[in-house]
Amino acid sequence: MVKLIIVVLALAFYAMWQLMNVYNLSRKMKGTLSENSTVKDNELQGKLFVVYFAAFFAFVAWQLIEYGPRLLPESASEHGKITDWLMNLNLIIIAIPFVITHLFLAFFTWKYSGKNGQKAVFYSHNNKLEMIWTIVPAIVLTVIIAYGIKSWNTITALPTEGMQEIELYAQQFNWTARYAGADNKLGPNNYLKIEGANELGILMDSTTSQDDKIVKGEMHIPVGVPVNFKMRSRDVIHSAYMPHFRSQMNCVPGMSTQMHFTPTITTAQMQAKLKNPKFKYVLLCAKICGSSHWNMQMDIVVDTPTDYKKWLAEQKTLAETLLAPAPADSAVVVAAK
Amino acid sequence: MSNFNEIPKETSALGNVKNDPEHKLYDDESHTYLNDHDDHDEQHWIEKYVFSTDHKMISKQYLLTAIVMGVIAMTMSTFFRLQLAWPGKAFPILEVFLGKWAPGGVLDPNMYLALVTIHGTIMVFFVLTGGLSGTFSNLLIPLQIGARDMASGFLNMLSYWFFFISSAIMVASFFIETGPASGGWTVYPPLSALPQAMPGSGLGMTLWLVSMTFFVISSLLGGLNYIVTVINLRTVGMKMTRLPLTIWAFFVTAILGVLSFPVLLSAVVLLIMDRGFGTSFYLSDIFIGGQALEQSGGSPILYEHLFWFLGHPEVYIVLLPALGITSEIVATNSRKPIFGYRAMIGSIIAIAFLSFIVWGHHMFITGMSPFLGSVFVFTTLLIAIPSAVKVFNYISTLWKSNIQYTPAMLFAVGLVSTFITGGLTGIILADSALDINVHDTYFVVAHFHIVMGASAIFGLFAGVYHWFPKMFGRMMNKTLGYVHFWATMIAVYGVFFPMHFLGLAGVPRRYYSIEAFEMFNNLVDINVLITCFAIFGALAQFVFLFNYFYSMYKGPVASANPWKSNTLEWTTPVEHIHGNWHGALPVVHRWAYDYSRPDLENDFMPQTSPLLPHEAEAAH
Repeated sequence: MVKLIIVVLALAFYAMWQLMNVYNLSRKMKGTLSENSTVKDNELQGKLFVVYFAAFFAFVAWQLIEYGPRLLPESASEHGKITDWLMNLNLIIIAIPFVITHLFLAFFTWKYSGKNGQKAVFYSHNNKLEMIWTIVPAIVLTVIIAYGIKSWNTITALPTEGMQEIELYAQQFNWTARYAGADNKLGPNNYLKIEGANELGILMDSTTSQDDKIVKGEMHIPVGVPVNFKMRSRDVIHSAYMPHFRSQMNCVPGMSTQMHFTPTITTAQMQAKLKNPKFKYVLLCAKICGSSHWNMQMDIVVDTPTDYKKWLAEQKTLAETLLAPAPADSAVVVAAK
Repeated sequence: MSNFNEIPKETSALGNVKNDPEHKLYDDESHTYLNDHDDHDEQHWIEKYVFSTDHKMISKQYLLTAIVMGVIAMTMSTFFRLQLAWPGKAFPILEVFLGKWAPGGVLDPNMYLALVTIHGTIMVFFVLTGGLSGTFSNLLIPLQIGARDMASGFLNMLSYWFFFISSAIMVASFFIETGPASGGWTVYPPLSALPQAMPGSGLGMTLWLVSMTFFVISSLLGGLNYIVTVINLRTVGMKMTRLPLTIWAFFVTAILGVLSFPVLLSAVVLLIMDRGFGTSFYLSDIFIGGQALEQSGGSPILYEHLFWFLGHPEVYIVLLPALGITSEIVATNSRKPIFGYRAMIGSIIAIAFLSFIVWGHHMFITGMSPFLGSVFVFTTLLIAIPSAVKVFNYISTLWKSNIQYTPAMLFAVGLVSTFITGGLTGIILADSALDINVHDTYFVVAHFHIVMGASAIFGLFAGVYHWFPKMFGRMMNKTLGYVHFWATMIAVYGVFFPMHFLGLAGVPRRYYSIEAFEMFNNLVDINVLITCFAIFGALAQFVFLFNYFYSMYKGPVASANPWKSNTLEWTTPVEHIHGNWHGALPVVHRWAYDYSRPDLENDFMPQTSPLLPHEAEAAH
C-alpha cells in the first residue's frame, strides 16, 4: 500500500514535471515566458478578489443563518445574561470594522489593479488621518474594556451569604460532587487519605465531614439559589465547563479554585422551552487531561428548591457510607465486580 | 577577505564615491571586479551545502527543513480531521501511516491527542518560528542592510544545526513504543510530568523537552546574531529610519525571542527535573495510578506563567516577520510607499512591548485573582490599537496604487484579510468575562489559526514567492502560484470560520469525538464541512511543492531585480557569491519606499540611487 502510494505520487510528479517543461517551452517560443504579472493578470486577480470577498461574506451569512440556531440556548444562570449581552455587544462592535475593512480591501484590490499608463500616487503618510485611526479604535476599546471589566467584576464577586457549597472533584476521567450537608460546611481533606471507598481523601474525624454527601454521574442544584463550586483535582489539571450556565473554572491539583452562579431555569423548564424532552445540562472537561478527555462528563439537574431538598435528603451522608460497618456481603459484591 | 565585514567609510559628499577606490566597482582596464570576495578556492560540498556559514545557504536550509516539517504537520492535521468528521470510521490510509496507532484504520484516542500536540508544536515552532524567522531573517538581514554576511557566520551555522537536531528529535518521537508527547502543545504539567497520566508522557515527552531545549538554543544563537548584525553591520547611509520594514520586524522579533525563549527554557528545565529528578516544582497533592505521589508542594500554575511568558510573545515572534514581509511586498507591488512608515515602526515596537505584559489572558480561569485578570484584560485589549493602525496603513497603501498581482502580492493581501478577521475575534477572547465560556473551545482554535496560523503562513508563502529569485536565481511559475493562493484562501476560511460556531456552541477543543454528548449531535455536519475544506487545502499545497521544486531547477532564470524593487538585495548579482556584492558594499541614499515619485519617470528608485540635484529626501 505504501509502495503503491509512493509510486503513484512519483509518477504524478514526473508527469507534471514534463508537462511544465512543454508548457514553458511553448511560452518561450511565443515569447511570453515571464513570471511577472501582466496587465491581464492584474485585471483578473483584482476581479477575483471582489468575487472572493463577496463569496466570503455570503459564506459568513449562510453560517449565521444555518449554524446560528444551533448555538447554546439562552443562559440558564443569572450572570450568564450579562455574558450573553456582552458577547452580543462585542460581536456587533467587531462586525463593523470586519465589514468595513473588507469592503475597502475588496474595492481597492479591484479598483487599483495595475494597468498600463497608470501611476500610483506618491502618498507616504498623513498624520491627521493616522491620529484619527489610532484614537477611534482607542475610544471603542475603552468602551469594550470598561464594560468587560465591569461585567467580570460582577460575575466574579462572591455573594456574602446564602450560598450552597458544593465541591467538584475531578479525576481521570470522571467527576464527583460533594455536598456540604446540614452544616453547609465542606469537611477537610488530604490527598494522602485517599483509600478504598474514601475516594476524595476526606478527613472523617472532623464533624464537618461526616454530614457531607457524595454523588457521581448526576448532580442536582437548586434554581434561584447561588451555588458555590469549590474545585479540586486528584491528578492532572481539568476544567469544569458548564456551557449552559456560561461557567468554567480549572481544577488544579494542589490548589483550591472556586466559581459560583445562580441557576435560573430548571431542567424541566428548559426542556419545555426547547421542546426537547431529552435535554440535559452537562458538565464537561475542557482542559486536556488524557485519553478519555473527550468523554469526561456529568449530568446536571436543576431542581426547584423543594425537589432539590427532597433529592438531597435521599443521598447518604459520608458517616453512613464510610463510618458505618460495612455489611458482610458488600465485600463479596465488590470482589465479584 | 581583509575587509570582509568592514563598512565603507562615510564619504562626506556622496558624489565622491566614484573617485574613492574603495567604491570603484569595476576596473575598466583589467575587466575585473575590484575588491572581489568570491575569488578563493572552490569550496568542498560539505562546506558549501551542509556546514555552510553563508547566510544565504543557511536560509535555504531553514526553508527546506521548514517545508518538510510543514508537510508532516499538515498531514497530521488531515489525519485527525478525518476522525473528527467521521468518528470511529475506518480509514485504511491511517493504518498505513500510523500502524498500531490506528488499528483497522480507526484512530486511537491517545494517537489523536499526539497528532494534535505534535501538529501544534511543529507548526508554531518549526514552521512559523524556525521557518519564517530562520529563513527570511537569514536571507534578508545582510542583503537588505548591505552586509557581507551575519555578524557571526559560525554561530549562524550552529543555529541551523541545533534547529535541525531539534526537528529530527521531534519527528523521531513518533517512532517509539509509547508514542510522542500528547499533552497538547502547551504540555501543561502534571499531565506532561507523569508517565502514569498518559502514554505520551513517557519517553515521547522527554524527547519533546530535549527537542525544545535544542530549539531554544538555536533560536537564541540566531536571534543574537540578527540583533548584532542589524545594529552593527548596516552599510553607509542605512540609518535605522531608512531600514525596510522587513528588517525592523526581524530585528524586533529577534529581541522578543532573546528575551522570552530563555523563560521557556527555564520552564522546560524545571519540568525535566520534575520528571526525572524527583523535584516538585509543578507537582502537589497528586494521587495517580492508585497511589499518592511523593512529590508535593509545587504548583502547575507556575508552569503556566513561565510558559505563557514566552507563549504570548511567541505569537508575535511568529506574526511580526509575516507583517514585515507583507509591508515590503505590499509597497513594492502597489508601486507606492508604505503608508505611515514611522507609524508602522511604532506599532511594531508597541506590539512587541505589550506582548510581554499580556500573558495572563491565557489564564483567566486558572483561579487567578479576578483583579489580576482585569489588569490583563486591559493590557491585552490595548494591543488592538497598534494592530488596527497596521491594518489601516496596509489598506491605505493600496489606495490609488497600481497593484502588480504577483503571487506574493496575493498572499500579502490574503494576510491583511486574515489578520483582520482573526484579530477581531481576539477582542472577544481578551475579555475575561467572555473568555469564561469560550475558553479552551473551538472558538479559540478558530481565532489563533486565522490570526496567527493563516496570517503567518501567508507571510511565509508571500516571502517565498517574492524572494525565490533571490534564493535560487530562478522564477516560480505565476499561474501555479495563483492557483495555490486561491485554493489556500478558500480553504483557510472554509476550515476555520465555521469553528467559531462550534466554539460558541460549547465544543471544547482536543476532543477525540463530540459524539459522547447529546448536545453536540447537531454539529457533526459542521465537522464534515471543515474536514472537506481541510483536505482540499492540504492537496492545494502540493501545487506549491511542485512549483517550488520545479522552479528551483527549471524555472526561467531571474533578472537582477524582477519586481523592480528599491531594496538592496536586488543590487546583488543573481548568482550567489560569497560576500554578496562584487566590489565595495553599496551606499544608501534614501529610504526603501521611493515608489512612483511624481518627479521621476521610473516608478521606483533604488536605495542606492543618490538624491538628484535639488531633491530632498522624501519626508516619511
